[in-house]
Amino acid sequence: MAEPVIELRDVSKRYGARAAVESLSIALERGSFTALLGGSGSGKTTALKLINGLIAPDAGEVMIEGRPAGEGPGYALRRRIGYVFQEVGLFPHMTVAENIAIGPRLAGWDARRTGERVAELLALVDLPPDAGPRRPSELSGGQRQRVGVARALAAGPAIMLMDEPFGALDPVTRDALGRDYRALHERLGLTTLMVTHDVWEALLLADRIVVMDAGAILADAPPAALLAGHPDARVQALMETPRRQAERVRAMAERP
Amino acid sequence: MEDRFDAALALLPGYLGQHVLVSASALLLGLAVSLPLAVGASRSAALRWPVLALASLVQTIPSLALLALFYPLLLALSAASRAMFGHGFAALGFLPSLLALTLYSMLPILRNGVAGLSAVDPAAVEAARGVGMTDRQRLFWVELPLAAPVIMAGVRTAAVWTIGAATLATPVGQTSLGNYIFAGLQTENWVFVLFGCVASAVLAMAADQLLGLIESGLSARRRWRIWAGLAGLAIGLAACLAPLAGAGGGANRYVVGAKNFSEQYILAELLADRIRKTGAAVDMKEDLGSNIAYQALKAGEIDAYVDYSGTLWANVLGRRDNPGRQAVLATLTEALARRDGVRVVGAIGFENAYALAMPRAKAAALHIASLADLAAHASELTFGADLEFLSRPEWTAVRRAYGLAFRREVQYQPTFMYRAAASGQADVISAFSSDGRIAADDLVVLADPRHALPPYDSVLLVSPRRAHDARLIGALSPLIAKIPVEAMRAANLSVDRDRDKATPAAAARALEGRLGL
Repeated sequence: MAEPVIELRDVSKRYGARAAVESLSIALERGSFTALLGGSGSGKTTALKLINGLIAPDAGEVMIEGRPAGEGPGYALRRRIGYVFQEVGLFPHMTVAENIAIGPRLAGWDARRTGERVAELLALVDLPPDAGPRRPSELSGGQRQRVGVARALAAGPAIMLMDEPFGALDPVTRDALGRDYRALHERLGLTTLMVTHDVWEALLLADRIVVMDAGAILADAPPAALLAGHPDARVQALMETPRRQAERVRAMAERP
Repeated sequence: MEDRFDAALALLPGYLGQHVLVSASALLLGLAVSLPLAVGASRSAALRWPVLALASLVQTIPSLALLALFYPLLLALSAASRAMFGHGFAALGFLPSLLALTLYSMLPILRNGVAGLSAVDPAAVEAARGVGMTDRQRLFWVELPLAAPVIMAGVRTAAVWTIGAATLATPVGQTSLGNYIFAGLQTENWVFVLFGCVASAVLAMAADQLLGLIESGLSARRRWRIWAGLAGLAIGLAACLAPLAGAGGGANRYVVGAKNFSEQYILAELLADRIRKTGAAVDMKEDLGSNIAYQALKAGEIDAYVDYSGTLWANVLGRRDNPGRQAVLATLTEALARRDGVRVVGAIGFENAYALAMPRAKAAALHIASLADLAAHASELTFGADLEFLSRPEWTAVRRAYGLAFRREVQYQPTFMYRAAASGQADVISAFSSDGRIAADDLVVLADPRHALPPYDSVLLVSPRRAHDARLIGALSPLIAKIPVEAMRAANLSVDRDRDKATPAAAARALEGRLGL
């Protein structure tokens, strides 16, 4: 097996007496799309922030592309990793184009190269070219999240971290954006780690699902394997709902 | 009325320029200190509490007291600096005003700064960290721009406060629009008082509107509004400060000082007139506090003014005895020269003594002619004193000598003290013997058979650095022993009376004419 792009080795993080993450070990291969699935307080967001250095581990090692995450300054690491989250966090005082250009600006690109990149990204995330000069407040929720994805991709990172990226959107937009992103992931050869509490989203988008609870891993398998059954009762219960819903939808489709 | 308005208008460029200079400098300095503090306080809870508490504490100090407190502080610092580095700095005028107003401007900027920075959307902050901004980039690219409208609202409040409080810089020797108000209050020139209030209010509103334009530009993200507001401020600042540019220093410029009452304004105009006749330029520093005037002369911040021998005797030399008029004058001349290098050019003729006075009818009814007679009735009478008399050593001396104990003691600004005597709110007042209002209000001065009050010859003082300036001494010497008390009373009354008021400058010229100078 090739060297993993992201690797957590026995990583722990405590807040007071409570362990957010306990002896967590995961390795992600280049080009993989992994979903970190769990309820609130399962430690999935902590795990994500440990990877881009927003949170420092109490114990264990985080390796990014073969080098310790804590090696250089945190901001330098984060410039190499795309980051998308539920609140989007577009800068309201900047235009859409300025928001997307943040990564290139931090990387010191010149104006011409940055302008070309912004136009390219608007097209890539399926936004009209005239969205550039607009303010984030003039866009719909789905469009705003497309800008969020474009901003994360702008400086050309190989790794994308996503924290409930489509959670606040309506089901139709959410589905469209999920599929569009999955296509981008393939096209650009990204390594994506997506945190979600939505089983459907994890099943439909990811190649691999890591189920977390109370800071530890319950299950780690491809979607089909998890649906087929798992020895842990909690994982079994988690997969029960989509399985039953799928059955009902299929039954309806067969008897019009 | 109209000539008083014209007189006020003629003074406007200088007063406005100085007012804008000190308030704009204080605001800029306040901004430079408060913004980094606000950034620090918004990031560290340990810093936030003490910083905001201290700024609030400053705000609870009355602004006049805050301005006054900086004078002794700077005086001590200046003395320390002279001892250590060989030269001191001016403890009066611009510096204490700048520092006090700067402190005063800080609270609204700090409070709004902390509030604005803490209210920045956490999602924007997380995004800034997530895309790999350094702490500095996050502050300057994201947090400050987003907090700018709230911070700007604080700057507006600070500007209005600072411009208003700057009128109180006059008593510590900084010329401002407050000169109209203080001088008008002393000479009952309500046109001046109103003019000062309106000018300062208009200035505050103009600054507020221009800063408001910038604030609305920041919150609506309209660049042209920000630029228009900045351009308006720059143009206004340049226009207000332009008259000061021509008035630069130079060895041939003399500064004449005056304390805060009519006689002092008239005498200052008289001195200035004499000096101008030699072709030299003169600046005025008026409305100085009683002790501040002498300190300012000693430090060379003013070159000449008239003080009173009894005041110098008690307050500067700390003497409580009364060896007689000539002995006091001779001792003062020798002691001030030796101690401080200050030159007593001489007595200019009249005496302006503290004297207890009461309405003639009331005095006759109670058979009071002297302070000894007064003692028997004092327990039924109300004493109206000026703002400083009750804390002066002279009052202690008089009270001890005659055993005076009044039913009530009330302090008034001098103008209102005379009004209180006229209306019966005060039975006895601490009058000034050269005051024209003693005769005009039909008051009698009570005799002092035990000589508890020292003599108060008006004496002309010159600063150490001008002590041997032949031109200045030559211009002022002709005034020695020249002004009788009747002439001074008439001049004072022409400024203080209600009708047909003269400006101090006009009264000074009339006095010169009368004395044939």
